[in-house]
Amino acid sequence: MAAVAVSVAGLLTLTACGGGDKGGSGGGQAAQKKVEVFSWWTGPGEADGLKAMRGIFEKQNPNFTFFDAAVAGGSGDQARALLSSKLQANQPPDTFQGHAGAELQGYIKAGKLESLNFLYDELKLKEVFPQQLIDQISVQGQVYSVPVNIHRSNVLWFNPGVLKTAGIAAAPATVDEFIADLAKVKKAGKIPLSIGSQWTVVHLFENVLLGSLGTDAYNALWAPNADWSNANVTKALENFKTVLSYAGTPQEDWQPAAKQVADGEAAFNIMGDWAYGYFHNPPDGGLGKQSKTDFDWAASPGTDGTFMWLSDSFTLPKGAPNRNGAVAWLKVAASKEGQDAFNPLKGSIPARKDADKSLYKDYLAWSLEQWSADKLAGSIQHGVVAPDAWKTALSDAIGLFQQDQDVAKLQQALVAAAKAGGQ
Amino acid sequence: MTRVRRWLPGLLLVSPSIVLIAVFVYGLLGWNFKVAMTDQHDEISPGHFVGLDNFISIWDQERWGISVRHSIIFTVVFVVGALALGWFLAFLMEKGIKGEGGFRTVYLFPMAVSFIATGVVWRWLMNSGTGEQAVGLNRLFHYLGLDFLQWHWFRDQDWGMAAMAIPAIWQMSGYVMALFLAGFRGVSEDLREAARVDGCSEWQVYRYVVLPLLRPVTLSALIILGHISLKVFDLIVAVSGKQIITDVPAIFMWTAVFDSHDPAKGATIASYIVLSVAVFVVPYLIWNARRGNRS
Repeated sequence: MAAVAVSVAGLLTLTACGGGDKGGSGGGQAAQKKVEVFSWWTGPGEADGLKAMRGIFEKQNPNFTFFDAAVAGGSGDQARALLSSKLQANQPPDTFQGHAGAELQGYIKAGKLESLNFLYDELKLKEVFPQQLIDQISVQGQVYSVPVNIHRSNVLWFNPGVLKTAGIAAAPATVDEFIADLAKVKKAGKIPLSIGSQWTVVHLFENVLLGSLGTDAYNALWAPNADWSNANVTKALENFKTVLSYAGTPQEDWQPAAKQVADGEAAFNIMGDWAYGYFHNPPDGGLGKQSKTDFDWAASPGTDGTFMWLSDSFTLPKGAPNRNGAVAWLKVAASKEGQDAFNPLKGSIPARKDADKSLYKDYLAWSLEQWSADKLAGSIQHGVVAPDAWKTALSDAIGLFQQDQDVAKLQQALVAAAKAGGQ
Repeated sequence: MTRVRRWLPGLLLVSPSIVLIAVFVYGLLGWNFKVAMTDQHDEISPGHFVGLDNFISIWDQERWGISVRHSIIFTVVFVVGALALGWFLAFLMEKGIKGEGGFRTVYLFPMAVSFIATGVVWRWLMNSGTGEQAVGLNRLFHYLGLDFLQWHWFRDQDWGMAAMAIPAIWQMSGYVMALFLAGFRGVSEDLREAARVDGCSEWQVYRYVVLPLLRPVTLSALIILGHISLKVFDLIVAVSGKQIITDVPAIFMWTAVFDSHDPAKGATIASYIVLSVAVFVVPYLIWNARRGNRS
């Protein structure tokens, strides 16, 4: 599938180049007007959100035309592959989507991104985004991206019916309770915990790690020279091993895993809050389930009061062909209006604290409330705390661990990955 | 002048492809080897020459060992499976089955499908759910009362890669059949007749007359299947994506370049893939050239 998307991506660049040439020959003005916005929002919901933001942008900036350079493909794998080759060739789009946080560090180190402090000052963004968020996305006092939305990683999805049959009264609050509940479900003859392909196990890992260590210890792991070899981490890894031992057969991806919970085959699933849309949306994109009765959620075990976040954000590449247009886009992306148009459709919450609460219902209302009150921790799998190379090393270690279940070896690999990645 | 006239037009005719191949195949191949011998472990640093360090240190990585092992299992199962099945189909065809043309087309059809499409379909067929969650082939086994045949397919830790070879065998055995069928047809009836006159049973005719004459065909099939198998990427991405459980060198290369942002490591793996294919192809080319000279 990746190869198809890559070749499609190739085609897209070709057409994009073709468009640029035409603009050039048709007079410099046409090229000046075009703002190329590079993203991987092509699926239902996200593409609608992008369209809504585009509407606002075009209304506010009649001089610019929006050029949608979206590359299809789930978590942006294909888009990022194409993007890095464009940036290396010094042919950046005017602005591109990236997960806020460490994922952008490679680009920042390579000097491909312009600092956005000027924009943050001009729009007083430091007052409307949570301080912890600003801290976690700053590199040496500079901010390089504008977060448009916030997703939550630490959500425990469960099937209330299955929990009832297994004799579990409420969602587990701690990792130990969680493990006890998993055993109960197993006894009741259902799959205790559903998992998907390897990345969903990394997602599970970050949740168990956060739940076992607590927020401060978890956040400390990402500082330079952090100690990954201590006994608390060992304990967390032991927990991870125990939790994983209750997992069902790995499904193809996160959707089939989530579906096992919705269908009452499995009791629990730990997945980001994009699962809500899948559970809740009508059958042509989701499962059409009733929230609170068919499925329910809670903070993943041991993480209540902490919001493990990830965020899509937009950047300003150095040498953007239409810098003014890109800045105009970033202003829309940062605005209350833009974020309130985008997020209800995408199924995420705005990064701004002053969003219109009435637009966010059900799960999103809960999430928004937590966002303004909780401590923050960054996601591993979704590019917040670990740069790509480190993340890949972690993901390899966890993939190997799935095969041999060797906690000591996993910890060694994590220590080595931190040493190599944390410089 | 006349001499020049003799070779110049020919040279002019082939020179565009010589230039293109020189630049885009051998030039880039050389560049890849050059990157593999540097310490450019991120996209920014210039990289210094380190000789064969990368080629040696990669063996310390557990993931590399696993992907090599997977690649070997996949290659053996796929090549042997496709050769055996292809040979068997050709053998049946050769016996003069009714409606041969129809069968031939049917067996060749999978060739027209890309590995990606094959992978998407087989990913569903080889779903690893068993018991109540069974779908695809496991479900079929359940309906047939063959529940003991249900297994985790490509998710099986030890033999998953053998399962991964099944779609590849499905896809390529028709092609191997076509090769063998042409080979069978190339064995003249006179030779068989002669063997029969000498008292060979039908089995002995195949064993001592037809099979030895098929050796060149078998070798060609082996080379074609072998090089497809060693650089397999698309099928595995379509079936399982980037997971350690089905990791092969080409997938590892992809993660090294695009996820770890480590060009030197990616180039090292790419070099190993090229070298492993060369082990198959170069002796074949030499053998072919010698044979050409002799005749």
